[in-house]
Amino acid sequence: MEILIYGTINSVALVLMSLGFALVYGISRVPNFAHGALFVITAFITWSLLNTLGLNYFLSIVLAIIAIGVLGALIYQFVLIRVRGMAISEIIASYAIGLAILEGLRWGGFKGHSYRLPVFIEGSIIVGDVPVDYHRILTVVIGAALVAFIWLFTHYTRLGLALRGIAQDERASMMLGIDSDRMALVAMAGGAMLAGLAGILLLPLGNIVVESGYNVLTMAIAVCIIGGLGSWMGAVLAAFIIGFAQILSVVYLGAHYQMVVALLAIIFTLILRPSGLFGRQKELEERV
Amino acid sequence: MEQRRKERIDRGVKVRSDSIYALMSWRELSYLTVPRLLLIIGMLILPLVVTSMYWQRVISIVCIYALLALSFDFLAHYTGLVSLGGAFFIGVGGYLTAIFNTTFGLPPLVSIPLATVFGAIICTVLLLPCLPLRGVYFAIVTLMYPLVFARIIEAMDILGGTDGIMGIDSFSNRWIEQYLVIIVVLLLLFGLRRLVNLDLGLIFRAVKDNDQAVRASGMSITNYKALAVLIASGMGCLGGACIVHIYMWTGLSLFALDFSILPIAATVIGGAGTLVGPVLGCLILVPISELLREFGTLRIVFYSIILVGFIVFRSEGIMVYGQRKYHQFERWIKV
Repeated sequence: MEILIYGTINSVALVLMSLGFALVYGISRVPNFAHGALFVITAFITWSLLNTLGLNYFLSIVLAIIAIGVLGALIYQFVLIRVRGMAISEIIASYAIGLAILEGLRWGGFKGHSYRLPVFIEGSIIVGDVPVDYHRILTVVIGAALVAFIWLFTHYTRLGLALRGIAQDERASMMLGIDSDRMALVAMAGGAMLAGLAGILLLPLGNIVVESGYNVLTMAIAVCIIGGLGSWMGAVLAAFIIGFAQILSVVYLGAHYQMVVALLAIIFTLILRPSGLFGRQKELEERV
Repeated sequence: MEQRRKERIDRGVKVRSDSIYALMSWRELSYLTVPRLLLIIGMLILPLVVTSMYWQRVISIVCIYALLALSFDFLAHYTGLVSLGGAFFIGVGGYLTAIFNTTFGLPPLVSIPLATVFGAIICTVLLLPCLPLRGVYFAIVTLMYPLVFARIIEAMDILGGTDGIMGIDSFSNRWIEQYLVIIVVLLLLFGLRRLVNLDLGLIFRAVKDNDQAVRASGMSITNYKALAVLIASGMGCLGGACIVHIYMWTGLSLFALDFSILPIAATVIGGAGTLVGPVLGCLILVPISELLREFGTLRIVFYSIILVGFIVFRSEGIMVYGQRKYHQFERWIKV
């Protein structure tokens, strides 16, 4: 029972962490290695708005997410747009931006135990025989709602359909008048907002630390690769596979093995099926 | 409105020294040899000019990063395998030499070559399954390898666990330590430049540009990729073995991301695909990083911003720019 409940919570956390990365890569084919930095910086912006300016919690969350969306758009507009299509330059440029943000935060003194965001709802209930706090349950609910919202958005709105068009066949959709760069900009802003939302949802469970940026990036890459880069439903399924595998390894092997499981999963998936468990497109391009 | 454009023309001395005429006059000969000699002599007298022990140590570190950057440049721009796992090579070489030295009691000058050879073989065998992958996929797998190994050593508490292995012999003489790495870098630099112009280098570049054509010619791509990885990982392991004997310590920090990222930054700044560029990049970047050490993590911020700037605005790098200025002159002409 404990494994089931905490496995689900862990899996939903992984879904939240990786949705933004999956969105950006799926649409613009830019691997956004600044993802982890966006995740962490949103939490710090929220903290600053909340504690330094003394704003309302809900208001500061909304402001922080808008700010991070703008930041994502700026990163795309001024840096990534110039290196788009050159896979290695994309990785190096976005990773360097992420590194600059994270280490800049560390230099700016954002470290230690004093940085905590309050949980949304205090208290916990007993599910089965396991105590679960309300915040984790809320995270699961919001995560599920977010996945449903993204699915509806990409299937029933003009903008969402345009995004999917670019993801599936860039040339054909450009002929139909969809601006590829603008869609990539929207995707990057959306991906940054998703990363920020995940940060605000997940970080109240512990301290806000800079290191979590690197871990989130690794986990997001793991989930997206195992699910198949560019396949969103694949990413959700992969998050559940890794989430449960991690909880099982913590219970039966020890906490040290949590990361080893995820990393080995990436290596084996890439070697055996580079397009992931569910990605069927472009198999020929990826391996000889 | 009158429009002008820039025209670039090869210098006469370059055209002459491209062929056998290079041997006919001192001018052509020196045109060819001066830049090369400048690098060689510069590297050799650098430790004598810099007198403080601290900066001499920095020069050794520069050389180790230069080895990694060379191996990255060779793999990425001559064979088409973008490896983000420089730390993996360093770690394997470092741990192997530590084991040879502490367990079997071999002196550094024996354990370093052994660690290089066995490390290269181990790295190649471990990377063999990923060789069919391309582009981003190979890059991500290689990025994960050092992380996995560090976590496995941590989790299973083998090879000294988080404490690392201590009590490793240093070199018998300070000058051997200093000059070993410098000479190794120079030898490998000019050796690789020669290698990529041999038939073998031609095949490597063909694997990068059009692997199906190589296949159609009846050659196995995987064999050649494995050979390239063997060469590159051997260089990385050599660097790792040297750094372990210099610091007399090995530990999980050998798998740190620095060893994967800094050589790439050096390659981007120095000029990708030139082989000399990465060495120059290391000569610039590593001392800057030491100078900025007192700023703490802010130096990583500087670094990243410089890197982004170079990638976005000057992606050719210093060396390509310098070569162009050296070989060609420019003039404005009317369109």
